[in-house]
Amino acid sequence: MKPRRDPFTLPVLVLFLLLVLSVSFVGAAETRDTKGLPSDDPAIVHLLNRIGYGPRPGDIPEVLKLGIDEFIDKQLSPDTIPDAGLEKRLEGFKTLKMTTAELIEAFPPPAPKNRTENARPRGRRPGHEIILDLSKAKLLRAVYSERRLQEVMTDFWFNHFNVFAAKGILPWVVTSYERDVIRPRALGNFRDLLGTVAESPAMLFYLDNWMSAGAPPPAGTGDPGRQALRSRHPRWFRELPPSRQETSPAKRRGINENYARELLELHTLGVDGGYTQEDVRQAGLAFTGWTIAEPRRHPRAVFNGRMHDGSQKTILGRTIPPVGGAKEGDWILDLLARHPKTAEHVSRKLAVHFVSDDPPPALVARLSRTFRETDGDIRAVLRTLLHSAEFWAPEARRAKMKTPFFLVASALRATGAESDGGLPLLRVLKEMGQPSYLCQPPTGYKSTAEAWGGSNAIVQRTNFAVALAENRFPGTRLNTGFIAGAKTDDSALSAALMGVPLTEESVRTVAAAAQQHGIGPGEPNRLSGLILGSPEFQRR
Amino acid sequence: MISRRQLLKISLAAGGILAARWPGAVPLSFASSETPRRGKTLVVVFQRGGADGLSMVVPYGDPHHAPLRPGIAVPRPGSTEGALDLDGFFGLHPSLGPLHPFWKERRLAVVHAVGSHDVTRSHFDAQDYMENGTPGNKQTFDGWLGRSLRTLDVPPQSALSSLALGSTMPRILRGDPRALALPSVTSPRAKTLFGTAMAFEPLYAGTEALPGPDDAFRLIDRLNRFDFSRVPVASDANYPKTPFGQAMRETATAIKADLGLIAVFVDSGGWDTHVNQGGSRGQLANRLADLAGGIAAFAKDLGTKLDDVVLLTMTEFGRTARENGNRGTDHGHGTAFFVLGGGVRGGKVYGRWPGLRPQDLYEGRDLAVTTDFRDVAAALLTGHLGIPNLQTIFPGHAPRLEIVKQILG
Repeated sequence: MKPRRDPFTLPVLVLFLLLVLSVSFVGAAETRDTKGLPSDDPAIVHLLNRIGYGPRPGDIPEVLKLGIDEFIDKQLSPDTIPDAGLEKRLEGFKTLKMTTAELIEAFPPPAPKNRTENARPRGRRPGHEIILDLSKAKLLRAVYSERRLQEVMTDFWFNHFNVFAAKGILPWVVTSYERDVIRPRALGNFRDLLGTVAESPAMLFYLDNWMSAGAPPPAGTGDPGRQALRSRHPRWFRELPPSRQETSPAKRRGINENYARELLELHTLGVDGGYTQEDVRQAGLAFTGWTIAEPRRHPRAVFNGRMHDGSQKTILGRTIPPVGGAKEGDWILDLLARHPKTAEHVSRKLAVHFVSDDPPPALVARLSRTFRETDGDIRAVLRTLLHSAEFWAPEARRAKMKTPFFLVASALRATGAESDGGLPLLRVLKEMGQPSYLCQPPTGYKSTAEAWGGSNAIVQRTNFAVALAENRFPGTRLNTGFIAGAKTDDSALSAALMGVPLTEESVRTVAAAAQQHGIGPGEPNRLSGLILGSPEFQRR
Repeated sequence: MISRRQLLKISLAAGGILAARWPGAVPLSFASSETPRRGKTLVVVFQRGGADGLSMVVPYGDPHHAPLRPGIAVPRPGSTEGALDLDGFFGLHPSLGPLHPFWKERRLAVVHAVGSHDVTRSHFDAQDYMENGTPGNKQTFDGWLGRSLRTLDVPPQSALSSLALGSTMPRILRGDPRALALPSVTSPRAKTLFGTAMAFEPLYAGTEALPGPDDAFRLIDRLNRFDFSRVPVASDANYPKTPFGQAMRETATAIKADLGLIAVFVDSGGWDTHVNQGGSRGQLANRLADLAGGIAAFAKDLGTKLDDVVLLTMTEFGRTARENGNRGTDHGHGTAFFVLGGGVRGGKVYGRWPGLRPQDLYEGRDLAVTTDFRDVAAALLTGHLGIPNLQTIFPGHAPRLEIVKQILG
């Protein structure tokens, strides 16, 4: 007797995959209320899509077990979350723990005079090994770290304070920039973050401030270099750069406004922040002398008083008091970090990242208030955000288009993949236009949809989905065991489906799409490809 | 086959799984207003690394030229391995010989002392500015070619309106929602990519999950169905077997296939000649041979179609007027662009020559810029592609359009 073919196998499997992979749980059937936050499955999926890089199999029960409030609290305090699994995966990446000096010794940068495109293998930039380690680690962190929010926020701030890892000395300093400057402060205080970024060799080099030198002071006011030395600015090396060669920019006196402009426009007030070109220039003058000693041998942020402009500066209508030298820059950072426009700009950007491309103004206003009341406590602003009605509103769900990085990370998570984060996946990120650490403009990569659409995205994303599902990326294997197992196990299926009522028609028609492509039951991988490339999976 | 209507029904039934509209998504308008000139194509070749204009188009008539470059100056025409004379003052690098016939036929023009007025000597910044079209402003997300294409309607039977030959979308084409960036569109691998994408068409019908053009799948489908074996390479087109040569072959095939191509972008690398640049022979000469070989084969391959095509070469900056201590040159300022095409008024070097006396040099070291690169780009966008409004293409820049009348007649 022929075995009877169950007509529902394929439709059920398709639906199961839709639910597991695009994790789109439908209908708020029940609410397991914990302190007022919604805790139905679609809500949890939404949370996992914003607080981290999407759900993994087993995530929902885990969140429920902990309780939503507790889960959010823990994510807001990443140091309390053990992350041994990730650490083990990162063990092999030796550059991640090295200091800038060690990296320079291990991967010597070319001497400026010997730089030539032809002296090195094609496509290999000096220091590329460092960026490769970082890029792999970034993907692994997104996929495997339990400190989900910290990774999301590290990425957020890296883009907010973007540097381009291929420029000049950046390959050797960007590891420390992310590890020592950004990540530890990702949920910390904004002024602290802003200031640490400002005096990082990475930012000083990327936005050219290290070359910015002002006019010499009027005669008779003494040697500003010595003044600065006496000022004993606590955080700065107080020595002057040892060799003239290393400070050649000082010889070419001239102010470079790049950093000052982006400081006002991108890092703090925002483009509509009400400042003028003259404010940019005055800020630029105040930051002259914030430079880098021995940039190619042992780069450290230093204040070089001889490069500092001696004139009196006025910014945003306020005259900088005679604090002297490096402290003029600090005075400006204080002013900007506490400016209401900064609170608004940063709050809006967070809301765009976490809620929608066009977030509700009332939410932005509330976040700004928290920002001001807590003197820029990022954790407090995020707590407000994650407990807001706007964050949990149904219209916020799937309101965001995934960036290529999010797409790749979330696909690996959804399929329970085992991956080394290796080159084949990094190449995909490059082809989709988002190679990690290599965003050239200071804007960083955008999280908004208009940056990532177009015909090319359709070709790239659908092909990525199919290639991933067919295990065509060396070093990455999907765990489709949980899918294959579910196929024959009705109780597992119904558990996965959570009893969500779906019409018979929906089941059939969605399955028809699979059938049209000749994908039958027993091909969980090919079905996964269809789901990972679907419009639904492009959203979060 | 599922209809769009059916999918909509599913999406409603499934409570948003296949939502037709994503809440919160910013609706994008790709409204087009202008019709491009029928069948015209602009090809932009970017020489990455800063190509030495003074070696490509040698100002042998300037008495200060040779003394600045004792080890690397290309000798004047008539001498051994000398330049190929253009107009009694300028000569073509001998490795650019394959382009010389087009000069004689007046289909090749040169713009000299061209570039960006921005002071940067950083490759990255200068390339970015030359591609985004807003020198000094790093934040412009899209490129001048992409912005131009966005203002144009694609021809009704178009299968591909713009293409970057390479695996990543270059800044210059960003902003054109239909642009594709692929190493090849004619290869079997490309067919696989398009075929795979087409399998998803029913799922995407009626959704706005990815902002993009309404006709995205229609175009990909046409491209997928196109049989490129119907487009043979002309027998006298000898493409170099290099990445650049193959990219030019792809470009010619795609243009001859009548896919509706309006713009193609091709990269060429290896122009950063700090060390041992060479003169008539050597490193730079090899790169120029590749460039000229690829462009000449492309022009021959196109045959009469060259009448509808203009090719422009660009590079982010020129190099120092003086030779450096390593028989090379460092990052400079002004350089030379080539403009080739059937409708080009060739056989002429355009632009004011600023001279090479010490006081003529930009910052005392580089060839000065007397023609803004945006004016050349604007000339070709208006004169060749028929784009009337350049305000949005080059914001804050009022192009000098007289150069249009000169170059394109």
